[in-house]
Amino acid sequence: MRIELVRRGERSAAMAYLSPLLALLLTLIGGALIVIVWRVVATDLSAPDSGGLAGALGRGFSDYGKFLYVFFVEPLTAMWSIEDLIAKATPIILIAMGLSLCFLSNTWNIGAEGQIAAGAIAGSFLPIFFPDWQGPFILPAMLILGILGGMAYAAIPALLKIRFGTNEILTSLMLVYVAQLFLDWLARGPWRNPAGHNFPDSRPFDGDQLLPMLFGTNIRISILFVFIAAFAAWFLMRWTKTGFQIRVLGQAPRAGAFAGFSQSRMVLLTFLISGALAGLAGVCEVAGPVGQLRTTVSPGYGFTAIIVAFLGRLNPIGAIFAGFLLALSYLGGEGAQIALGMSDQTTRVFQGMLLFFVLACDSFIFYRLQIVRRPVTQTQAVAS
Amino acid sequence: MLEGILLTIITAATPLLFAAIGELVTERSGVLNLGVEGMMAMGAVVGFAVAHTTGSFGLGILGAIFAGMAMAALFGVVTLIFVANQVASGLALTLFGLGLSGLIGDAFVGVPGAGLARVSIPVLSDLPVVGLLFRLDPLTYLAIAITIGVSWFLFRMRGGLILRAVGDSHASAHALGYSVIRVRFMAVLFGGACSGLAGAYLSLVYTPQWTQAMTAGRGWIALALVVFATWLPRRVLIGALLFGGVSILQLHAQALGVGVPSQFLSALPYLTTIVVLVIISRNRALVRANTPAALGQSFVPDR
Repeated sequence: MRIELVRRGERSAAMAYLSPLLALLLTLIGGALIVIVWRVVATDLSAPDSGGLAGALGRGFSDYGKFLYVFFVEPLTAMWSIEDLIAKATPIILIAMGLSLCFLSNTWNIGAEGQIAAGAIAGSFLPIFFPDWQGPFILPAMLILGILGGMAYAAIPALLKIRFGTNEILTSLMLVYVAQLFLDWLARGPWRNPAGHNFPDSRPFDGDQLLPMLFGTNIRISILFVFIAAFAAWFLMRWTKTGFQIRVLGQAPRAGAFAGFSQSRMVLLTFLISGALAGLAGVCEVAGPVGQLRTTVSPGYGFTAIIVAFLGRLNPIGAIFAGFLLALSYLGGEGAQIALGMSDQTTRVFQGMLLFFVLACDSFIFYRLQIVRRPVTQTQAVAS
Repeated sequence: MLEGILLTIITAATPLLFAAIGELVTERSGVLNLGVEGMMAMGAVVGFAVAHTTGSFGLGILGAIFAGMAMAALFGVVTLIFVANQVASGLALTLFGLGLSGLIGDAFVGVPGAGLARVSIPVLSDLPVVGLLFRLDPLTYLAIAITIGVSWFLFRMRGGLILRAVGDSHASAHALGYSVIRVRFMAVLFGGACSGLAGAYLSLVYTPQWTQAMTAGRGWIALALVVFATWLPRRVLIGALLFGGVSILQLHAQALGVGVPSQFLSALPYLTTIVVLVIISRNRALVRANTPAALGQSFVPDR
């Protein structure tokens, strides 16, 4: 007897909605295992007041209760942390929308983290070189430069793939390291604030160089870009021929080629769109929560966005929901560090696990598990 | 001076060689595992933790191999049994591995490691220049032995033929009665073991300590190395030395007082990787000749 995957007659609509929830549930179970094991390992079981293994396990369970609270509840209990959540979700969702288009067309832009840096650098050019420039035009100019920066940086792996057939996964990822080192050099070297006591960051942006807040809160207008981008992405996929081509080339490249759709054009287009959104996210960080150019602009938003794209079913609306969930994981990671003394890397463990489970659960959309009894083979039949 | 430089090149090349030869076997079976970086990070931290806690270098190495294989098994279950997308699953493995290694390694930051003595072969090691090749550490010898062994296995043994058949056409191999999933799972596990060794080399020999994200993109460079080598083991050996050379260039340039910012020198290995990938990929016939035809494709047997 064994368990096998059997292809369904048609894709299961119910599983398409259930699988992200199932994945989340499994991630919570996996998280429990990790927290409990971490607690047991960290406990000195030979100490007289440790209560032995049972005591350590008990504390592990109670730690996990605390962990769940700081991950999923605490960030939603205060206005300031909800604002923080929105601030973190904004760049993640923006990037994930672009990546969704890429992945739909079977193009793999893994370098969004570098495109964020490129956008942040390009967008910082104006406030650093023209610190006194204020007025209604500075911010739009910064945003446009940021978008162009991200696009230009994303164009490199796309053009290399089109012209030379270079693997875009590896080149876009290598460019992440290059962009981060370049940013590091700028922030420590030529663009460092001369009046900044040798801290590795640029002069702080001020006044009109910063994204305005909405309705007297700490929420910046960049959240509006999320809705504009979501509408544009939905419109593109639903109503345009380009959207249709993206889907066909992603699902059946040969059919697309026979229909005369250009794979190269689509690679360039999806890379430019995702690069533009990552660049926008980058400039929104330096003109928003960060407020200056620093050696690191993003705590891994470009990689988190990959998970968001998949969890959101490669769909712009799905990306919004998934983006908020993953933004929670950043706040939760900080909470786990403060409340339990766990490493800030908890966030990444949680994110990686979630992506695994999402991918595995997705196979239930097209397959179902079946328990099969091993069929009697011919030799066995003869022997009996 | 020259000997010193050659020695550092070989030391920098060893982890790349381990990771790349493992990934080569995985890819030859038709599976693209982008999680090398994550498996390496886990190998590095588990290797260091076990060696430090038990005081035994050998146990550390075994721990690293086990950690790499456990990570690979996770990837194997998700991609081979649950037929998940290999690219996305590989990325998940890297994210997970980097995170979990940070979580485990938290307690070992700043703890000094022991390092590993080099093994000298008498007489031969006293030869000028060439003698250097007989004064390496045991793990480097192991990496070279594995590379030669893999080459022998793939092209001289029946098992290697089956593995290549599975990687080129899983449907045909299945029709001939070979278990595609089983062969691929073994190949993935072998890749994990090698990546674990690559990580252990970093934390136990190269820079005997554990630091967060100490793999520094070497796992990705190893993936590029497989393309560079056009899926041939002997070319992996050449490629590893080349990339090892580029990555230590910055150390020597710094020592010679070259007036280039250190960040630019640190970016060299990544830029070189891109340039080399472009040069290799331009010659599509060369790349196609040995690329496993079913690379990255999921397999579900039809009944």
